[in-house]
Amino acid sequence: MQLPDKNGHFGQFGGRYVSETLMPALLELEKAYKKYKNDPEFKAEFAYYLKQYVGRPNPLYFAEKLTKKLGGAKIYLKREDLNHTGAHKINNTIGQGLLAKRMGKMRVIAETGAGQHGVATATIAALMGMECEVFMGAEDIQRQSLNVFRMKLLGATVTSVSSGTATLKDAMNEALRSWVTQVRDTFYVIGTVAGPHPYPMMVRDFQSIIGKESRRQHLKVEGRLPDALVAAVGGGSNALGLFYPFLKDSSVRIIGVEASGYGIPSGRHAAPLCAGAVGVLHGNKTYLLQDHDGQIVHAHSISAGLDYPGVGPEHAWLKESGRAEYVPITDDEALEGFQALTREEGIIPALESAHAIAHVLKLAPTMSKEQTIIVCLSGRGDKDMHTVAQAMNVQL
Amino acid sequence: MSRISNKFNQLKREGRKALVTFITAGDPDLPFTERIVPEIAAAGADIIELGVPFSDPMADGPTIQLSSERSLASGTDLASILAAVKNIRKGCDVPILLMGYYNPVFVFGLERFCREASAAGVDGVLLVDLPPEEADELVRCARRSSIDFIPLLTPTSDSSRFAKVKKIGSGFIYYVSVAGVTGARSTVAADIGGMVEMIRATASLPVAVGFGISTPEQAFEVSKLADGVVVGSALVKLFEQFEGEELARKVTEAVRSLKAGIEQVATAN
Repeated sequence: MQLPDKNGHFGQFGGRYVSETLMPALLELEKAYKKYKNDPEFKAEFAYYLKQYVGRPNPLYFAEKLTKKLGGAKIYLKREDLNHTGAHKINNTIGQGLLAKRMGKMRVIAETGAGQHGVATATIAALMGMECEVFMGAEDIQRQSLNVFRMKLLGATVTSVSSGTATLKDAMNEALRSWVTQVRDTFYVIGTVAGPHPYPMMVRDFQSIIGKESRRQHLKVEGRLPDALVAAVGGGSNALGLFYPFLKDSSVRIIGVEASGYGIPSGRHAAPLCAGAVGVLHGNKTYLLQDHDGQIVHAHSISAGLDYPGVGPEHAWLKESGRAEYVPITDDEALEGFQALTREEGIIPALESAHAIAHVLKLAPTMSKEQTIIVCLSGRGDKDMHTVAQAMNVQL
Repeated sequence: MSRISNKFNQLKREGRKALVTFITAGDPDLPFTERIVPEIAAAGADIIELGVPFSDPMADGPTIQLSSERSLASGTDLASILAAVKNIRKGCDVPILLMGYYNPVFVFGLERFCREASAAGVDGVLLVDLPPEEADELVRCARRSSIDFIPLLTPTSDSSRFAKVKKIGSGFIYYVSVAGVTGARSTVAADIGGMVEMIRATASLPVAVGFGISTPEQAFEVSKLADGVVVGSALVKLFEQFEGEELARKVTEAVRSLKAGIEQVATAN
């Protein structure tokens, strides 16, 4: 069966848990998306921008040196870090921007954690001549000042959110509040495979270019499918983008990597699939970090992009159905992954992607030299220099 | 028939309109809630909405966000709110409904929530992030326990939404008069009357109007158009400014003057 179902459910997960004010807007969006996703003109325009503006297809790079060092499976990096704006986020914002334009909505809003989605939204707003407002937690604004400046240069208004924990979840609360107020003329560009239906499906579809290219590229060089896929999961858009085109390939092992911060026993992590419970937040039913009363608890990760107490509902479904497995990687392990890729391959990864690399450091040596792993290098690390320097006790 | 429906019927017979007041349960703590609810009822509130605090109140403006934070900081959870309602019921018969977000109720368990809420004396439930599309299971449980499920409609709702709401709602319909979050506003929204008429005609339930109504004058204006008026943030704001006896006095005074505003309708008729 094709998922989600007509009400946006992946098994028990997903759905549309929003205030009544937003329901007509979601129904309108779903209708527009269904109309345009198979429209030849829309598809051609999306493909044009992915090629000419984003720079796709990006390489599936064989990390030969890292592979030799680990002595196991061959490691291929899907180079989303080479995209325009430096991360996979732009794949989705191009798609949603083109849709917003067709729906006649020339004002876009977005939430952002690390700032990558904010930058990607501000970028397409500049490109398409739209007004743009980005909501960002006050704590993240501190951590990611470079991206804040980029968004402002691109013409966006960055609104600081200091309610709650002042991170990504609160930015999303505030974006939803703003959307309710101006729902008739505003398009909400959600940056991950979460939120109310149709967002999880729509963002997955736009991001699935990652997996489609990877599958084709791997078949071309190896003449067969890969043995494993590895990607970091915050909300989960780069991961689902990579995984989705392989879901029916049952020989391919699918592994999502969650940020376990100071470690799961510490209680200070961002790993709802590894250590959370089912609940409802931000418009969908999924795994969440919450207490006995259903109150959402603080997430923690060194990576602002993974610092979120929920996860996309399709990941919750993939976990429950057993098709994918989800593993934790701590802050310290992520920093090791960061250093390993930087020193072995001369590629500085985003801290989000460094979580996926860190798991590959564990996984590859357990596999044979004939086997292969595709790991999603979802973004480049420039934005994280301050955070990494701080973690290494280096003054910049 | 439920306490809520009885109340609307009674008011209708008397040619009067309902004053529905919202306060957050557990702000500043639950003993205060237990004390103030009977006083608010005595001051003229016809129906009382108790807000169930949530860590991520996406549909609320700053006033109720802060109120939820104060409540959670004092250790309030859904179980302790139900215990508080049980205590209130020992000496007070005002219709009480719980208003909040879906997750605390979902985590508590839908069946268990409806059963225990009903036993405690709760009359209705209103969840701002549970549209009809996702409400079937809770509506089934609520009916079994004789709890009214109060649906919401908004200025963005069209007739297809009215029809969905009609199937699941009982007690009354809460019409959110502005496309926005909760909070006091200086003017009330235009065209409330037209929407209320259409909703009444489709759903054949009383309609109470809320969001942005804070003064007795606004309450008067809106009560001319609807069966009830909901006032929330204007009362909750007092919890930010005062405490103890002074808070209790300010809240009951505010309820009394809102009631006087609405009662002009009865007098004018």
